[in-house]
Amino acid sequence: MTHHEGNGNKRAILVCEGTGCVSSRSIFIREELQKELISQGLAESVEVKPTGCHGFCEKGPIVIIEPDGIFYCNVKEKDAAEIVESHLKNGTPVERLFYKDPATKTPISRYEDIAFYKKQQRVVLRNCGHINPENIDDYIDAGGYEGLNKVLSGMSPEQVIDEVTMSKLRGRGGAGFPTGRKWAGALKSERTPKYVVCNADEGDPGAFMDRSTLEADPHAVMEGMVICGYAIGSNQGYIYVRAEYPLAIKRLKIAIEQAKERGFLGENILGSGFTFNLEIAQGAGAFVCGEASALMYSIEGKRGMPRVKPPRSVESGLYTMPTVLNNVKSFATVPVIISRGSDWFAGIGSPESPGTAVFALTGKVVNSGLVEVPMGATLREIIFDIGGGVMGGREFKAVQTGGPSGGCLPSHQLDLPVDFDSLGSAGSIMGSGGMVVMDQRTCMVDVARFFLSFTQEESCGKCNPCRIGTELVLEILERICEGKGKPGDIELLEEWSQTIIKGSLCGLGKSAPNPVLSTIRYFRDEYEAHINEKRCPGGICKELISFSIDEEKCKGCGLCVKNCPTEAVILIEKKQPVKLDQEKCIKCGTCYDACKFDAVIVT
Amino acid sequence: MESPLAEILKPFRDKKGVTIAVLQRVQEELGYLPREAIDEISRTLRISASEIYGVITFYAQFRTVPRGRHVVRVCRGTACHVRGGGAVLDQVKRELGIDENESTEDMEYTLETVACIGACALAPAMVIDEDTFGQVTPGKASDIFMARRGEN
Repeated sequence: MTHHEGNGNKRAILVCEGTGCVSSRSIFIREELQKELISQGLAESVEVKPTGCHGFCEKGPIVIIEPDGIFYCNVKEKDAAEIVESHLKNGTPVERLFYKDPATKTPISRYEDIAFYKKQQRVVLRNCGHINPENIDDYIDAGGYEGLNKVLSGMSPEQVIDEVTMSKLRGRGGAGFPTGRKWAGALKSERTPKYVVCNADEGDPGAFMDRSTLEADPHAVMEGMVICGYAIGSNQGYIYVRAEYPLAIKRLKIAIEQAKERGFLGENILGSGFTFNLEIAQGAGAFVCGEASALMYSIEGKRGMPRVKPPRSVESGLYTMPTVLNNVKSFATVPVIISRGSDWFAGIGSPESPGTAVFALTGKVVNSGLVEVPMGATLREIIFDIGGGVMGGREFKAVQTGGPSGGCLPSHQLDLPVDFDSLGSAGSIMGSGGMVVMDQRTCMVDVARFFLSFTQEESCGKCNPCRIGTELVLEILERICEGKGKPGDIELLEEWSQTIIKGSLCGLGKSAPNPVLSTIRYFRDEYEAHINEKRCPGGICKELISFSIDEEKCKGCGLCVKNCPTEAVILIEKKQPVKLDQEKCIKCGTCYDACKFDAVIVT
Repeated sequence: MESPLAEILKPFRDKKGVTIAVLQRVQEELGYLPREAIDEISRTLRISASEIYGVITFYAQFRTVPRGRHVVRVCRGTACHVRGGGAVLDQVKRELGIDENESTEDMEYTLETVACIGACALAPAMVIDEDTFGQVTPGKASDIFMARRGEN
């Protein structure tokens, strides 16, 4: 096995090339850094490495210097020369690119000291941002394929499954089914061929954990799948990944080729006689394909419509053969459970849901990004300690977890420990890990309408209660938002929601009403304000609000004028209050968000 | 005469479960899936055209009409929604004078929405062809199109 020469001692510049940072030109930054190293004569002693997502997307593009552990944020191409000259050549880190603590404004040089990272515990994301995902040696140097090695040098399939069972790993796709039990079910079946399927059809709007994991550490997911194949007696795996994730697909393809070359994949793996092949199946954009049976039909090239269960997929899955389907994060966890032992894993987090939870923390939160915490951490710790609280110092209103199948939780639930069971009892779900923070300027009826319009469109149409029910519920929500709600609408929403839950076959239908029911449960007063007073407390529903200027507060700075898309705000004279032309105003709220003096009033 | 699709379809002949992969490959080549292509895929894979059409209409990725030269995709993910993505979409519609899934008359632009591009820290986000624009406001959206009109 060839290793990087001097990999341990050589200095490295890690440039984040996850989708977020690439969108802000990180590839060009890497090229610029490389050029500078060459022109300043450091190309031999310093290596520039592209990495996957480091998680702190809010501060991207991110550049880290190792082994120093120095963290640079919001880096631009023009900063490359200074980083190379000042830091790498002269040993003086570039302080102006350090992360600054928002409260104290103190610059923090090392990423381990930044609040966003300090409270995290990274198991699934262990390598994300630290290795080059396109170089298998980086993964091996970080302890990769040790789990597979251990499995193939003496463990029986039963022992592997026992280890996974004892770790109490529960499926990270959202439902939380015990992984060991699923694998045992597939091992028991004598029908062959059996299949291993990785669900990377991350269709939840507002979620990007699986994509980031695949982009940053594809080998971890593949290693977990090979171990699963050995444990259940399967020789063929499929990774079902969204076609909308081109970077993840590209890196997986590279990883598959490299793993084959090194004997971790293909015929006679590591000389053990065990054979396992892996194929990528590209999804074509259907949310319902996140459901196991629908996903398997989609791999078969058919319309992805869920079927009645039982039989469960461990008995009759892909091409009606025994199949284990797990989420990206579940597979990525397996190798470390094997290499570090089930006791280690079971000791993290809460006793019934051990391990960690990965969230894509987004919305009106200061630090958007990928967050991994021990199960049982509270929502408050995630949103306020790690996430830095609500943007612009506004008041927290709700947090939405679990995507379109999840629910919205209000501030009095902030101390809820996050795990499968507690979120469920509060009316939301763990889901695959989207976590969207909402502030006072969010209308909860509008949020319910937003999710229903999504599920209504994505309903596959097989079950009438889902196909027709979501449409009817959406119609009511739309009319409430338009100020045409009637007394009795809330009760009607509740009744029809129950019908959809009872009458739908799959998880999409059964959970589609969750956003409606949870917003009614916690924010009924907002529904009532819309219906009875024709008022939108969040200031979002256009038919119910109007904008005006507080002439006392307006300083005439003209910022709103500059930002208004329809020239509805007019600055007649500098430093005099602006005028708002109601005819031209489209109520988009841009002026409200732009104003630094709270001079825009929404009523 | 051999059709230009024959070469593309050849590796998929007699394979199971390839319908979606074939459609993706053909759409990549032609930009959309015209009626004639569906018929030819049907003959090659020995699957009825109606079944193929059923697959096409089920998945958001497939199109049966051509797209404009540039594709504008406004993200409708949750993070973008709570940060004002709806107002951005409205503004882009006004700028281009078209609705979602429509193309401008000169076929310069097609407007689409996407469930989530996963760049939530950049919310609200908009993608034009390969370029991602982050923290877009209605005003910024107007500026982007104004600049493009100036360039073109």
